[in-house]
Amino acid sequence: MCKKNKTKQKKIIIITKRTTKPMNTQENSCRIAILHTSNMSQEAVNGVPCRGKVLTLDTMNPNVKRVEYAVRGPIVQRAVQIEKELREGAKKPFTEVIKANIGDAHAMGQKPVTFLRQVLALCSYPELLEDNKFPEDAKKRARRILGACGGQSIGAYSASQGIECVRQDVARYIEKRDGGIPSNPDNIYLSTGASDAIVTMLKLLVCGEGRGRTGVMISIPQYPLYSAALADLGAVQINYYLDEDKCWSLDIKELRRAVTEARQHCNPRVLCIINPGNPTGQVQSRQCIEDVIRFAKEEHLFLMADEVYQDNVYAEGCAFHSFKKVLFEMGPEYSSTVEMASFHSTSKCYMGECGFRGGYMEVINLDPEVKAQLIKLVSVRLCPPVPGQALLDLVVNPPQPDEPSHTTFMKERTAVLAALAEKARLTEQVFNTVPGITCNPVQGAMYTFPRITLPQKAIDKAKEAGQVPDMFYCMRLLEEEGICLVPGSGFGQREGTFHFRMTILPPTEKLKIVLQKIRDFHQRFTQEFS
Amino acid sequence: KWSERKVTIFTPMSDQQETGPTMRRLSQLESVVLWNRARQIKRELKQGVKKPYREVIDISWGDPQGGGIKPLSFVRQVLAACHYPQLLNSDKLPEDVRQRAERLLKECAGRSTGSYTATQGIPYIVKGISEFITRRDGGVPSFPNNIYISSGSQWSLQVPTSLILIISSFFFTGVLTPVPCYDKVNMSIRELGGVTIPYYLHEDQGWELQIEELNRALESAKGVCNPVALYVMNPGNPTGSLPQRRSSFSWLMSEFVSYKKVLAEMGPPISETVELASFHSASKGLIGECGLRGGYVELVNVDPAVMEYIYKLFSTDSCASVPGQIALNLMTHPPQPGDPSYSLYNEVIMTITQLMRVFEVLNSVPGFSCQPVEGGGFAFPRLHLPLNAIHKAKEAGMQPDEFYCVRLLEESGLLVNPGWNFEQKEGTSHFRMNIMIKEETLEGVLRRLVSFHTKFMKEFS
Repeated sequence: MCKKNKTKQKKIIIITKRTTKPMNTQENSCRIAILHTSNMSQEAVNGVPCRGKVLTLDTMNPNVKRVEYAVRGPIVQRAVQIEKELREGAKKPFTEVIKANIGDAHAMGQKPVTFLRQVLALCSYPELLEDNKFPEDAKKRARRILGACGGQSIGAYSASQGIECVRQDVARYIEKRDGGIPSNPDNIYLSTGASDAIVTMLKLLVCGEGRGRTGVMISIPQYPLYSAALADLGAVQINYYLDEDKCWSLDIKELRRAVTEARQHCNPRVLCIINPGNPTGQVQSRQCIEDVIRFAKEEHLFLMADEVYQDNVYAEGCAFHSFKKVLFEMGPEYSSTVEMASFHSTSKCYMGECGFRGGYMEVINLDPEVKAQLIKLVSVRLCPPVPGQALLDLVVNPPQPDEPSHTTFMKERTAVLAALAEKARLTEQVFNTVPGITCNPVQGAMYTFPRITLPQKAIDKAKEAGQVPDMFYCMRLLEEEGICLVPGSGFGQREGTFHFRMTILPPTEKLKIVLQKIRDFHQRFTQEFS
Repeated sequence: KWSERKVTIFTPMSDQQETGPTMRRLSQLESVVLWNRARQIKRELKQGVKKPYREVIDISWGDPQGGGIKPLSFVRQVLAACHYPQLLNSDKLPEDVRQRAERLLKECAGRSTGSYTATQGIPYIVKGISEFITRRDGGVPSFPNNIYISSGSQWSLQVPTSLILIISSFFFTGVLTPVPCYDKVNMSIRELGGVTIPYYLHEDQGWELQIEELNRALESAKGVCNPVALYVMNPGNPTGSLPQRRSSFSWLMSEFVSYKKVLAEMGPPISETVELASFHSASKGLIGECGLRGGYVELVNVDPAVMEYIYKLFSTDSCASVPGQIALNLMTHPPQPGDPSYSLYNEVIMTITQLMRVFEVLNSVPGFSCQPVEGGGFAFPRLHLPLNAIHKAKEAGMQPDEFYCVRLLEESGLLVNPGWNFEQKEGTSHFRMNIMIKEETLEGVLRRLVSFHTKFMKEFS
């Protein structure tokens, strides 16, 4: 059944795309190409005003209304505004805004790894291959990458799935990481950051209507890309709660509760796990991963394993276990049936190269017909940024012990990860000295997600102001101390609890000051609203 | 198509309903045969298998650097210096390169191209784009708040499109798109749950966009879907045509005029009400940096409340690739006369002679006809295939132009893009070839093409 279009005045949006200018690069006087649409000019001529837009909140795709992405949300927009005010000379109790809202290591002063940038410079401007200031192993990798690019240039499109030799290197890296378990380059899809690949997979998975609509299980708290994507796609979000009292651990009983309840109103088909976790930082034990895989098989769920923080593991006794490795070690009953996609990125770990938008996913046991559709889907955006692909190649193919850059590379890598581990420990320690703040150990990733106790008066004040209580708290912190955090409501939390997410990325000395300021603020705030 | 065992199922909305001849479905597969064969042949050549040619010339994509054209030194020097600022310590790089790199690094958080940027793009670069647009449009104002940089213009197209397309069980939302049209556009619209309403460009009149045809297309949508948007491409892809002119100037003197400029010059109320999204990219034009993925959209007259949601959608993808953003800045603000890098920058990628050569050759061979290429970097010649060839194609389960292109690849090593991928008037055949390539390469391409075509036409006459 199709709806008849009843509108009399035809208003349309014009979407135009321009590609090249003709060869004449001079800007001469332009002749005007007059476009007339007979309807429109008549309306103007007849004096009937063209009122009313085609695209309004009412006519907009309603799914979009539910999209929120707290990491870049209103508090960040206010922080940017305050920075502008500071630049214009406004007097404030602080001289800079510390943006501890986003997992951006370089923005917080972390230095890029020398080897990575040398190769990227060589790939960008190959004439530098003649410069003897660049080490031989950097040049070798640059030549190899350029050789795999169209026209020997990173400015050429690559295949939509990504440069073949990079995918091969990624597969080899995965095999090495997972103790020899084979990885097929055809199952590797390079992407524009991991987010791109995550959304692509969700696009494939979400379908159906009404009670048959796809349900996707995500952790609470979660990284809000997932909730945003699910809202945009009109999928059903199925929340499973991590256990804050047990260090944010994942309990299979809770997974089962969530999926059973969800079956009453949707068709649960996907289970998303972030390991190490964001915002919580918990690192899954091997046993837990096995239990999750078993659960996914029993409940017939597609597993999405977001593993972008796999190098960021700090706590004693914790280790990263890839879902794929565990899956294959569970034997063919699981490894040949459970469908899975694992995601990785160049934005985190020791590299922190967010701006390059490098990433990949590995798909396991995907139906070949679906893979054909996947190729088509990724081809719509042509290809992922080639500099990001080149960077990824270096991450999976770093300097070896017998190569000139190895020593410096290892030194830099170790220093970054050691600093993060120290900051993780420091953060947990300081926050736990503050009455009203409890902080689980930061086992991995780049964030802390402490729980804050807010006085009832503050909660009431927030409600008056039409704000969620932890947003109210964080906004006050921003205005008074110039520290930008993201309220826990942006990630999801148990009803009646409040949190914030802070990155552990500022340099150690600055971080100490930030922790101190938050401690002082919290005490003031609690006092004010007691 | 529904797999019982597997969890994964891909079913776009439009598959659930029978569609008439004016609609196309995403499930229509592209010419997979051709690409697979190309990949295979490239491998065989590497392994030393003997063929009538030494390499495959791939002119199926709009990729100047992939086609052997060298990138601009200024662009690459600035990028290298931004990624590896130690290069700024010597004076090996020209002064203007070092200055620009310094300026850009100042705008990057932590002085690193590895940091995330603001959602809309680095403000300095976004402002530069608005200045570029204003300059280009003879002073029509452009506001940085209305500009979003993205990793390639396709993503910046998808965001506003996803806002206007409503996925409903009761009706389709439609976008008028040209025939022929850049295939990724149609795919984007269908992927987002919309349908495309084709309006046919008039081939015999230089691929003219005729208003009567737009009206016919709009009429045809009545009762079938809810049309909400019109997509135009200027210059066209694959056709290379510019919008109609109202003078007798020869086509060689054609100039690019933006839709936004014309909209502004039409004055109120139209200039204040028609909602417009214009897209541009660092992948084409003088700079040709396809792999860096830099594109932008400028939104005009869009409801401010809706703009907030545009922001939210873009923000979920964090930000555009920083190398792509830098490429855009170098495109909007190239070296100026007097700068050390100025003379190198102005070497034109493609000469008028090249365009004329293509036009001449393609129109001199029986079985080919080609409209003037006024811009856009592609030629889209029409094939007048003998009936025997069309029958042979049917037997092989291929579209006629696809069949031609596969044979062209096999026998001459030329890879072009069959017209079927871009949609075309029923019963016609075309192919698209990239002509943003080196002059010597173009000669080789034309030679191979004519030689093959003559043999092919003879075989099937």
